[in-house]
Amino acid sequence: MEKRMQKRLKQMRRHWQLYLIFLLPLVHVLLFKYAPMYGIVIAFKRYNPVRGILGSPWAGLKYFRQFFSSPLSWTVIINTLRISGLGLIFYFPFPIILAVALNECGNRFYKKTVQMITYAPYFISTVVLVGIILQVTDLRMGVINMAIQAFGGQPINFMGKPEMFTGIYIISDIWKGAGYSSILYLAALSGVSPELHEAAIVDGANKLKRVWHIDLPSILPTIVLQLIMGMGNIMNLGYEKVYLMQNDMNIAVSEVISTYVYKVGLQRSNFSFSTAIGLMNTVVSLVLVSTANFTARKLTGSSMW
Amino acid sequence: MSAKHGIKMTRVDKAFTFFVYVFLTFCLLAVLYPLLYVVAASFSDPSAVATGKVWVWPVRPTLIAYQTVLGYRNIQTGFVNSFAYMFGSTALSLIGTIMAAYPLSRKEFVGRGVFTFVFAFTMYVGGGLIPTYLLISSLIMLDTYWVMVIPGMVSVWHVIMCRTYFQTTISDELYEAAEIDGCSDFWYLIRIILPLSMPILAVLGMYTAVGSWNGYFSAMIYLTSQEKYPLQITLRSILMLGRVEMTSIDDAEALQNMQALSTLLKYAVIVVASAPMMVIYVFVQKFFVKGVMIGSIKG
Repeated sequence: MEKRMQKRLKQMRRHWQLYLIFLLPLVHVLLFKYAPMYGIVIAFKRYNPVRGILGSPWAGLKYFRQFFSSPLSWTVIINTLRISGLGLIFYFPFPIILAVALNECGNRFYKKTVQMITYAPYFISTVVLVGIILQVTDLRMGVINMAIQAFGGQPINFMGKPEMFTGIYIISDIWKGAGYSSILYLAALSGVSPELHEAAIVDGANKLKRVWHIDLPSILPTIVLQLIMGMGNIMNLGYEKVYLMQNDMNIAVSEVISTYVYKVGLQRSNFSFSTAIGLMNTVVSLVLVSTANFTARKLTGSSMW
Repeated sequence: MSAKHGIKMTRVDKAFTFFVYVFLTFCLLAVLYPLLYVVAASFSDPSAVATGKVWVWPVRPTLIAYQTVLGYRNIQTGFVNSFAYMFGSTALSLIGTIMAAYPLSRKEFVGRGVFTFVFAFTMYVGGGLIPTYLLISSLIMLDTYWVMVIPGMVSVWHVIMCRTYFQTTISDELYEAAEIDGCSDFWYLIRIILPLSMPILAVLGMYTAVGSWNGYFSAMIYLTSQEKYPLQITLRSILMLGRVEMTSIDDAEALQNMQALSTLLKYAVIVVASAPMMVIYVFVQKFFVKGVMIGSIKG
């Protein structure tokens, strides 16, 4: 034991440069990632900026009770689950179908063209994406309503209808991300052994059957892993896009946990309450992600940890 | 894939191939059309946009929207700031990532298991919005240029990717050979590791650059003075809040058609703000697919 310690110390001394190099990123992580974790205690305090984190009086579970007794909180939770749940269900198949189609595309030039175009929206910012949505769905100037009117229909106020919010959110997500997400599946498909296909051709299997019985089972582990991870992240719906798409008419269906945390905390300066909501979200998410990870490892043998 | 085997396609095969092309063409057009429309509209005459005459191609092409947009002061400062933030955060992030990933990739680094855990833990648990805000505030970084480049300097996700790349592509024998020649840990990083790691550094740099250029949220919560705003904030105030400074338009004819022009300006602003990223896309295309693949390797 003693000897091993000495050997380690000797090795550390010999590689002191590694520790010197590592110092800066370590300090950065401790400061910008771990210090805010300490700040979570304000969820249990009545935080007062003047008195600071230490000086503020304890509040116990007051803010947690406040959250669960408010009907708005449940709306916010349900909205989050609805947008990410439906998002997962409808978004998920698209990249897979796109990857299979690209893989089956015999014309290399056309395949490259489709890839190039469908990956491009990844580089477009959320602000621009939502800007495009607002422009093309505009009641008077939007191209969609102009097309509807050209065919003799009545213009629709897309962004003003709460029932359309989730749909627009998901469709634009697919538009932006399906190409990028398909890369992963396309890579998995390129690993499928050609011998399997050759054997199946000899046995008289047509393309459809080969996709169904060879390609899809081969990439099933990737699919399952992605699906489980998606389910684990169901509470982690980001604020960036939702916040930009919100307006007075759709706020009842578009207020989600992350945007609520932002508004309560930074717009209304209710720091403690906001932190409490954020903490609950983190805890639930952590449980979900851990469960997802555990399930993924059991089912596919691969996981994120 | 299977067409090469010289076996005649069955009717099902033909139908399948047909649907593959139909689907791909649908995807192609569905992604391309909105982009084409935005570009076409931005080059068109304001009244043509307003009356719905623009479909795919610019109608009565004009540069009036671009002249106005590029002459708009907030766009100019936004552009300069965004470029500065992008270069700053990309450079710092690459340095920070390498400095963390290199020791973690070396098996001689005693304690690397613990340190890896310390890093990876933060991928799942964080302080959240308010505690982070309070930290930034207590570091007196609110409304400074620094807040846009320093907090993101070490991305744990990038560190894990980079470490995995070092471990899987650079063999230990190389280190042993270098060590015999008297190469220290530091010079081994500079002379051997870095030249061999250009693909991963290009990919990580691209991710950081795109994220920095396209992000708006941290700027929205941490910055308060107009002259520090990145482009996306200006963009948001034009696109979402409808704030267009019409005083910068002195053309009398243009003033008559203000609403049409404001729609036109939005299209032009979208194009102007996205153009730099599209240029990056063209340049990094080769690395892009590879990058997603490296990113999918588990830590």
